[in-house]
Amino acid sequence: MKNLAFATSVMACAASVAAADKPELVVYTYDSFVSEWGPGPKIEEAFEAQCDCDLKLVGASDGAALLSRVRLEGARSEADVVLGLDTNLTALAKESGLFAAHDVSAEFDLPVDWGDEVFVPYDWGYFAFVHDKGFDAPGSFRELAASDATILIQDPRSSTPGLGLLYWVKAAYGDEAGEVWEGLADNIVTVTKGWSEAYGLFLEGEADMVLSYTTSPAYHLIAEGDSGKAAAAFEEGHYLQVEVAGKLKASDQPELADAFLEFMVTDAFQSVIPTTNWMYPAVTPEGGLPEGFETLVTPSKALLLPEDEAQALRDEALEEWRAALSR
Amino acid sequence: MARRVVPISAWAGAATAALAAMLVGLPIAAVAWRAGGWGGLGPADWAALRFTLVQAVLSAFVSVALAVPVARALARRRFRGRGALVLLMGAPFILPVIVAILGLLAVFGRGGILNGLLDALGLPGIQIYGLHGVVLAHVFFNLPLATRFLLQGWESIPQERFRLAANLGMGPREIMRYLEWPMLRERMPSALLVIFLICLSSFAVALTLGGGPRATTLELAIYQAFRFEFDLGRAALLALVQLALVVSAGLVALRLGRVAAFGAGRGLTVERWDAKGAGYKALDGTVLVLVALFVLLPLVLVALRGVPTLAGLPPQVWRAAGASIGVALASTALCMAAALALASVRRNWGEMAGLLGLAISPLVLGTGAFILINPVMSPATLALPVTALVNALMALPFALRVIAPEYARTERDFGRLADTLGMRGWARMRYLLWPQMRGALGFAAGLAAALSMGDLGVIALFADPERATLPLEVYRLMGAYRMEDAAGAALLLLLLSFGAFALLDWGGRRAA
Amino acid sequence: MPCLTGEGGALLEFDGITLRLGDFTLHADMRIAPERRVAVIGPSGAGKSTLLALVAGFLAPEAGRLLWQGVDITQEPPGARPVAMIFQEGNLFPHLSVYENVALGVNPALKLGAGEKARVMRALERVSLGGMEARKPAQLSGGQQSRAALARALVQDRPILALDEPFAALGPALKVEMLDLVREIADERRATVLMVSHDPQDARRFAEEVIVVAEGHAAPPRETAEIFADPPEALRDYLGG
Repeated sequence: MKNLAFATSVMACAASVAAADKPELVVYTYDSFVSEWGPGPKIEEAFEAQCDCDLKLVGASDGAALLSRVRLEGARSEADVVLGLDTNLTALAKESGLFAAHDVSAEFDLPVDWGDEVFVPYDWGYFAFVHDKGFDAPGSFRELAASDATILIQDPRSSTPGLGLLYWVKAAYGDEAGEVWEGLADNIVTVTKGWSEAYGLFLEGEADMVLSYTTSPAYHLIAEGDSGKAAAAFEEGHYLQVEVAGKLKASDQPELADAFLEFMVTDAFQSVIPTTNWMYPAVTPEGGLPEGFETLVTPSKALLLPEDEAQALRDEALEEWRAALSR
Repeated sequence: MARRVVPISAWAGAATAALAAMLVGLPIAAVAWRAGGWGGLGPADWAALRFTLVQAVLSAFVSVALAVPVARALARRRFRGRGALVLLMGAPFILPVIVAILGLLAVFGRGGILNGLLDALGLPGIQIYGLHGVVLAHVFFNLPLATRFLLQGWESIPQERFRLAANLGMGPREIMRYLEWPMLRERMPSALLVIFLICLSSFAVALTLGGGPRATTLELAIYQAFRFEFDLGRAALLALVQLALVVSAGLVALRLGRVAAFGAGRGLTVERWDAKGAGYKALDGTVLVLVALFVLLPLVLVALRGVPTLAGLPPQVWRAAGASIGVALASTALCMAAALALASVRRNWGEMAGLLGLAISPLVLGTGAFILINPVMSPATLALPVTALVNALMALPFALRVIAPEYARTERDFGRLADTLGMRGWARMRYLLWPQMRGALGFAAGLAAALSMGDLGVIALFADPERATLPLEVYRLMGAYRMEDAAGAALLLLLLSFGAFALLDWGGRRAA
Repeated sequence: MPCLTGEGGALLEFDGITLRLGDFTLHADMRIAPERRVAVIGPSGAGKSTLLALVAGFLAPEAGRLLWQGVDITQEPPGARPVAMIFQEGNLFPHLSVYENVALGVNPALKLGAGEKARVMRALERVSLGGMEARKPAQLSGGQQSRAALARALVQDRPILALDEPFAALGPALKVEMLDLVREIADERRATVLMVSHDPQDARRFAEEVIVVAEGHAAPPRETAEIFADPPEALRDYLGG
């Protein structure tokens, strides 16, 4: 252990010596973003090539953990930029007063208008139920509830897609959401802590469908050459997840942070997103989307609750969910 | 005035207990301090408390009740592969939760082997999700642990007693009544307690196999308070409730556990003259085959899934494996030192201090540590040392439960002799405790190493990409759709954890 | 009840027995006459206790037979042998009362009829433990614990009483008292006694015959007076005389 600690500190020292003459930009993001197979390494390389700085990506487990961490650290945070919050968290994030306004402008290719002064979107996707192609998937929540199709979902209290589904039902059905959940209760095989558990169980054949994204089949198609997965299109429309980044007020590198947010909407960043983060880029790069994305279902309607409304409805929606599934 | 000679060192025990209490208490206090007070509990929290208690009590009783016939069969039979079976039984306990769930579902799930078998026989399938699924999973994790605890109890019954029983013509029934039951009465409360406490902080297993929000445990409520509501006050209060549960359960078990102990054993392999009949042989054989299937089948399926990708794992998986080995070594050393110091105290507060590691949610512990470290330095720098320390604390209850009875026995049998010879400190350790307790020490160290290797611990709250442990890497791979690589990494984790466990356990038993 | 096979008839016969424990070997080829008190003596580690464990059925020989009244009992389990045993230590269950410990000798399930209960009480009286039946072993002195073990051997009512250094932990006077008690009881019951001891004085005081176990051999029993008058080499070495 001694040796390991020693080795780690040597590595850390070596890194800081090399970077001593360059300014350092610290970006907090979620784990899967920084991993080797995520967008992190390519983006770090591309940004460092143009900024003459050292970009340091620090991972927390997911968006909600990310926000908790920044709130815990408060003004003492080393982070300059937080990347990986979504529209379900932005209201809370603004409430903390830790984030500064941006001045990035771009031609966003989002299914909704974007006019947020604090957060810049970098990618987006639709929540959807993913299934094997042979399966005759239902076309709406009502149809799903009436069928004997089985689904795996995530707990909204511990998972981002889980919370997305909560808002999806709420946005589509409003006051009838509780009733819809009651109808779905017998279709739900189980509720998992996070996306990984549910998706793993689905691949094991534990249920017909799993809550994920419309872009999930693209992973199997492009990375594995497997065209056997599809996402079910729902009549009600699909709830949208927009992933965003923002600059912290306490940043000691505000110019670099601004430069990073600017960089984020350029091709160098955006072209990496589809096949590493498996989401739609916020600004479609010049070369268009990678081959395979054209096979994905395109929802007829995009649903997204405004952040204030989402925040206000959260506890009510959770209670409806819990009451319906606790029967 | 004759002063009682203190075996190892009084202050070491007291200091360890104080340190354990501090490691548990400070984070809770830090979270509450950060929140500016304690929150309140809602009806949903009380429901979570109720469910937590129900599933933990059920899991503990079922695990221990099933462990009795298994340990008895192992104690009175000698067969090829017995040692290997005892060793392999340790494996489920050290599996990362998500891997174990996938393994269990491969057997008991909708598309699992069991339902396939039932379907082929034209029988209706079984549904795993529900309270029974939660208990099943907890039994899978804890039955082997309970079996090992009780098997040690069986081995503590001196050979002379079995000879006396044989001379008196006692059959299996009388042996159970006069030899085994008194031992069980002494050992079972402690086994029940440990498993109850383990299950108290269950979260992902309970939720996934419980089938939905009905199966909300305290730990999930804490998670919700942190992530969903960022209500640190409520999180701190829930952590305090958890702590209170552990302390009161500990007090009850200590009271029940204080029963007259058996005399000295000779450390010989105990030969048995009872239960020679074909019926008993068939019974024990059936019990052992069933438990081997139950425990090993999910493991085999997990292992098979990982084989294709094991060799081609990406480099950071191997780097994470290196970090995990380092963390495991450090926390095993810490844990064993703490366990010996606490065992030497031989008072109830020593036992209680050892249990504290089970009393606190990793999330609260990690967040508290984060709050404490953050003003001083970047928490990420300390990610691995903190993980090692926390893992040592979490493994301490198990190590202590294994070591304490053996320590007490050794001191009872030879303590006075060692006292008169003035054997203290290192000499006592080297020439009395180590040779007498090798088996227990090896088992305890093996458990600590494997637990530390497999535990996600607090690393997820702290880590940056350069400082991941192997369990975290498994989750990262799964989060990136890379289920095959994740399976390979899980197999590597299983091999490392189990290898560490087997090596230390075997080392202890070899000459014991 | 011991069935006498007549003057000089073999009661317990070791027929070409070889017993192996790791690299230790014990040979025995001899007969023990009925109703004799026999001491088993010899250097430590020579196999005295092993010989007793063989008779009691805790160890099985590699070759040879053990015969009781001409019947082969080599394969009989310990509980079915004509042997009541008192060990060096651990004779009593600490969690059972003195009465229960003794009563186990009558019925290992502790299901005793009125007559049997009376027999247990009589045995306790016989070893001077009357009135102490409700105590736990820890509440007895060392001598009393030995008496309780003896009382159980008494109610077991087996023709052979095997004692493995039974009173080694007792003081000299107490030991003499216990040996006398064993002798009285053995005479009353017409039992054969096999007693392992490391103390030649015990043998002189108690035994009619002596078996010397040394260097892996158990020598056939000889009259006590005779053997001490003209000790074989193995015994001479042991006595240091």
